[in-house]
Amino acid sequence: MNAPSPSPVAAKAATPKSKSAGSEAPWRRVVRDFSRSRIAVAALVVLVAIILAAIFAPLIAPQNPYDLRSLNIMDSRLAPGEAGFTGATYWLGTDGQGRDMFSAILYGLRISLGVGLIACSAALAIGLSAGLAAAYFGGRTDTLVMRLVDLHLSFPPILVALILLAVLGRGVDKIILALIVVQWATFARVARATALSERDREYVEAAETLGLGRGRILFGHLLPNCLPPLMVLFTVEIASAIALEATLSFLGVGLSATQPSLGLLIANGFQFVLSGQYWISVFPGIALLILIVCINLVGDHLRDVLNPRNIR
Amino acid sequence: MVYIIRRLMQALFLAFVMSLLVFSGVYAVGNPADILIDPEATQAERLRLITQLGLDRPFHEQYFVFLANIAQGDFGSSFVYNRPALGLILERMPATIELAVAAMILAIVIGLPAGMYAGLRPKSAGGQAIMAGSILGFSLPNFWQAIMLIMIFAVILGWFPVSGRGQVGEFLGIRSSLFTLNGLSHIALPAFNLAIGHMALVVRLARSGVREVQPQDYIRFARAKGLSEKRVVMVHILRNILIPIVTVVGMSFGGLIAFAVVTESIFAWPGMGKLIIDSIRMLDRPVIVAYLIVIVMIFIVINLVVDLLYSLIDPRIRLDGVRR
Repeated sequence: MNAPSPSPVAAKAATPKSKSAGSEAPWRRVVRDFSRSRIAVAALVVLVAIILAAIFAPLIAPQNPYDLRSLNIMDSRLAPGEAGFTGATYWLGTDGQGRDMFSAILYGLRISLGVGLIACSAALAIGLSAGLAAAYFGGRTDTLVMRLVDLHLSFPPILVALILLAVLGRGVDKIILALIVVQWATFARVARATALSERDREYVEAAETLGLGRGRILFGHLLPNCLPPLMVLFTVEIASAIALEATLSFLGVGLSATQPSLGLLIANGFQFVLSGQYWISVFPGIALLILIVCINLVGDHLRDVLNPRNIR
Repeated sequence: MVYIIRRLMQALFLAFVMSLLVFSGVYAVGNPADILIDPEATQAERLRLITQLGLDRPFHEQYFVFLANIAQGDFGSSFVYNRPALGLILERMPATIELAVAAMILAIVIGLPAGMYAGLRPKSAGGQAIMAGSILGFSLPNFWQAIMLIMIFAVILGWFPVSGRGQVGEFLGIRSSLFTLNGLSHIALPAFNLAIGHMALVVRLARSGVREVQPQDYIRFARAKGLSEKRVVMVHILRNILIPIVTVVGMSFGGLIAFAVVTESIFAWPGMGKLIIDSIRMLDRPVIVAYLIVIVMIFIVINLVVDLLYSLIDPRIRLDGVRR
């Protein structure tokens, strides 16, 4: 669940805000409002199922697609539903090496989701710190950070990532770094905008009057109140990170062949599309599509639910 | 005028910073000798090239030599093609620009009527379908849409060829595949693929524009005058929603050129984007360096033009020096 959990700090700092729902905890209201939309709940259920399937892939998958002993070349490029050489039925068909597509997709989801989550969390942490600092200190810091952000956002993400990967080479660590570099600016911009509107509120003034340190005001008081819009952005940005990673891997500049994310699976199957063996490319594509659409639906609805205009 | 000069200075400064970044990225992160010298060269040849390229000199000296060479248009030669890297890139630029222009036209020609329809009849099944389609156009990865297009229109239906640029015709001294029938059938799928994202954007802009303009007095007056619905829509509404759409689409031209990388590699379109992907795969570093510098310069110029155009259209921007 992506609702901001009410840590003790958040609850203390958010006093002026949480008066809205009386004795009801804010996160309860979020859960209630969220469950009003059937589409969003359905998307969330599918999303949770996908995440669980990715986590427990080794237990669910009929075979380990990267254990060469379990592969049989006689089974290569079987159509969906065909029984293999060993008698097992491949419901989603097999690829050029005789790999079960269903298992390959589950393992691919793990990599795609993992890369997206790690990259986005790091980008959130960096962007948040930069944005908060820009808003709170203002002046030179603000100008410096925002110039950098403006510069960054004037180049399309795919271009920035491509330039970085062209210089760095392929690999999980490199693509995560590229995604962080691409995304931190978006977080920084939103964090700054939110923090600017929060900076002049009474609770910050109160904290300053109490003589609290800058770090404590920034991270203990300002930060929890800036979280809701950033959580929404975080969800949506994970989807775009996964899409970008898939695109880069598809182009052959992202992950290396030993780390088959969904994008790489689609790329491997692309050559067979032309000869009518659609399943090698299409099923991982559908998995990617469901994942991205579900994340976006959940994110969109979270935006409505967490919108401060609806809270007050 | 002051604004223009300041903006030009910023662009120059940016170009300088980016050249420094690319230089240190390529020259300092890896071993420059590995990057610039063909790995199959012999040891003697290697040493000769290292002195010739000045790789034994200090960093700042090398950087100035690098800048001086770029200023003279010398980016080194491609390992793969054994020709000057810059020439290779410039040779492929027309194909990319042609694709981007075709995509932009498609985005407007299809997106504008669709968006206006969705704005005029928001409750109709057609209007809802158009909006749902635009959400899919936004959220699905471009390369996945390309594969679907190839599967449906090239493999199953067999209407269009899968790859290549086709026959190139010449008209008024411009060589383009838009001028031959064969070329048109080759450009149709890639241009449509590249256009999808922008099409979704145009649909949204047109729809919200129509919904904003429709309740205005001048539209109601035009209707009250007894003008035909066709005239109200085609003249009064269209004219008022067109300016923001054209501005936004025109200004995102750079994005089209960047995204052409994906489309070009899938449809084997012989443009700059395919060249850079091929070069990255084959580790043809001089071409990579040259492409990075060229594309960064293109973007700096596009951003500069966009900013200047904005300040022409909306003079308020000029007064407020710092963009927020």
